[in-house]
Amino acid sequence: MMTFLSFFNYWVVIALMMIGFYCVIARGNMVKKIMGLNLFQTSVFILFISAGKVVGGSTPILRDGVEVYSNPLPHVLILTAIVVGVAITALGLALAVRIQEAYGSIEDDHLGDEDDDAELARMNREGR
Amino acid sequence: MNLLEWLPFIVLIPLISSGIVACLPGRFWPWAFTLLAALASAVIAALVLPEAMGSELSYPFGNWQPPIGIEYRVDAANAFVALLVAGMAALALPWAKASVDQEIPERQGAFYALFLMALAGLLGITLSGDAFNIFVFLEISSLATYAIIAHGRDRRALLAAFRYLIMGTVGATFLLIGIAFLYMMTGTLNLADMAERLPEVSDTRAVRAGLAFIIVGLGLKLALLPLHLWLPNAYTYAPHFVTVFLAGTATKVALYVMLRFIFTVFSPDYSFVVLPLSSVLMVLAVAGMFAGSWVAMFQDNIKRMLAYSSVAQVGYMVLGVSLVSAIGLTAAFLHLFNHALMKTALFMAVGCLAYRAGSLKIQSLQGCGREMPWTMTAFALAGLSIIGVPTTAGFISKWYLILAAVEAQSWWLVGLIVITSMMAVYYIWRVIEAAWMTERPEGATRLKEAPLSLLIPTWVLVALNFYFGIDTRLTVGASSAAAEALLGVPTGGLP
Repeated sequence: MMTFLSFFNYWVVIALMMIGFYCVIARGNMVKKIMGLNLFQTSVFILFISAGKVVGGSTPILRDGVEVYSNPLPHVLILTAIVVGVAITALGLALAVRIQEAYGSIEDDHLGDEDDDAELARMNREGR
Repeated sequence: MNLLEWLPFIVLIPLISSGIVACLPGRFWPWAFTLLAALASAVIAALVLPEAMGSELSYPFGNWQPPIGIEYRVDAANAFVALLVAGMAALALPWAKASVDQEIPERQGAFYALFLMALAGLLGITLSGDAFNIFVFLEISSLATYAIIAHGRDRRALLAAFRYLIMGTVGATFLLIGIAFLYMMTGTLNLADMAERLPEVSDTRAVRAGLAFIIVGLGLKLALLPLHLWLPNAYTYAPHFVTVFLAGTATKVALYVMLRFIFTVFSPDYSFVVLPLSSVLMVLAVAGMFAGSWVAMFQDNIKRMLAYSSVAQVGYMVLGVSLVSAIGLTAAFLHLFNHALMKTALFMAVGCLAYRAGSLKIQSLQGCGREMPWTMTAFALAGLSIIGVPTTAGFISKWYLILAAVEAQSWWLVGLIVITSMMAVYYIWRVIEAAWMTERPEGATRLKEAPLSLLIPTWVLVALNFYFGIDTRLTVGASSAAAEALLGVPTGGLP
């Protein structure tokens, strides 16, 4: 029981990772896919940050009387990774909006099958 | 100022220029500035390559010495890949003008800015000696790539970009998980430092899982067979210039990073002995060679056909790696370089065709060889290179691959390489047959030859395919130096 609790963070990571990954694979709706992707990424952030925790350590700020402090590097790295994650979410949502405009739907299952190259040819002519 | 101080500018020039290009108006200046930036980076990369042969260059950022600070660490392997990426960008950009003007008439500043960002990301991945830095650059290049693929005129480009975004992000996150495991076990992110500390902790589940996550994540970026699903649509519907650029660079950089992790961070003794990586990679590579070529044989759309052919060519590169020998690795690097040459030439010829003909279906190209002789001849000659006919670059890399298979006594691999080359003959021949051997259907619009601004760069690439098929000093020399750098042992001068 104790070992289970002491690895609590990691159990959460695994649970979140699987939920997120399942959403990405199983959901047809693009916004849900992006939400799944976010969960998946967040789980990795927690994994990274958990690695920086030092038992009994305080915040890594230089001051008197503090000898043990947590490793600040994972936090800094994850700050960057969060920015990357936000950028991906923004781009994914922007693409979803464009797909909604172009197809009138963001359900991934049937989109794209009905197009053929005749349409490409038509668009090429219009563009010229 | 010595050369070492110029090293980071290979990445910085495109990165900074992308901000400037985004603000430039009109159609001429964004393109001209982008061309200048890519040329500058390519020139520095070309100057760095001879320096990096045989010795390692290290540039610590902000003078923070590694392993505390981030460093760019350049040896023969990544100098070679960096030159390939920057060089391909510089060669593709003169071609880009006419094609991009037609496909993306508006807001070219933003388009070229994204292109430069993708280029900077790819170069950053190549040069960086820091695991987390590699992840960040990977995401920079991927984000920019998703956005430029979505610029394709067909609305399916949006879907292709979205699916690539989902798969690419999953791949990059897998890489991040792998890096997290390695960081937990070693306490460092510097690749060289990690390599030193790994042997002590190598017999743990976390390290094995870390390596597996890294391989799968990069396999996605590399389009190794079961993870290649994003590639055909992304290549088919992206703007032609983007396809030309990505086909020559993106998957190659992912392969390089994979090799860096397999060989430098983990020693080959570890990755190929503890994990059955050699057999896994060999099976996937052979399956990729066959499945890619097989599907390519039945595609209607030429661009899609070439995209599947790329999946097959990635198989050849990985096959060279899976043989775990100096000559196999040399063959992998050679094919990495030569495939960039031949696929870029082929996609350029297809882009010329698309500039005049609306459709890229093989049926609709009947008889176009007589109306666009220069374009179709370029396609045929570059096709010879992908088949592997002697005197072309494609022959050299396949020859080394066969030598590596013979050295490993795997005669069946030699047979498989020959068979898949025959399949390449078939899919290239289908296009040639439609273009030259059939009459133009009645009532079809007459096609004009593509403009010179497209044809000249295409023919330069075709000429390079033949040049590097005859004079192999640069490619074989750099490839064996790269293999040496990764294996850490002298290969003793290959034939």
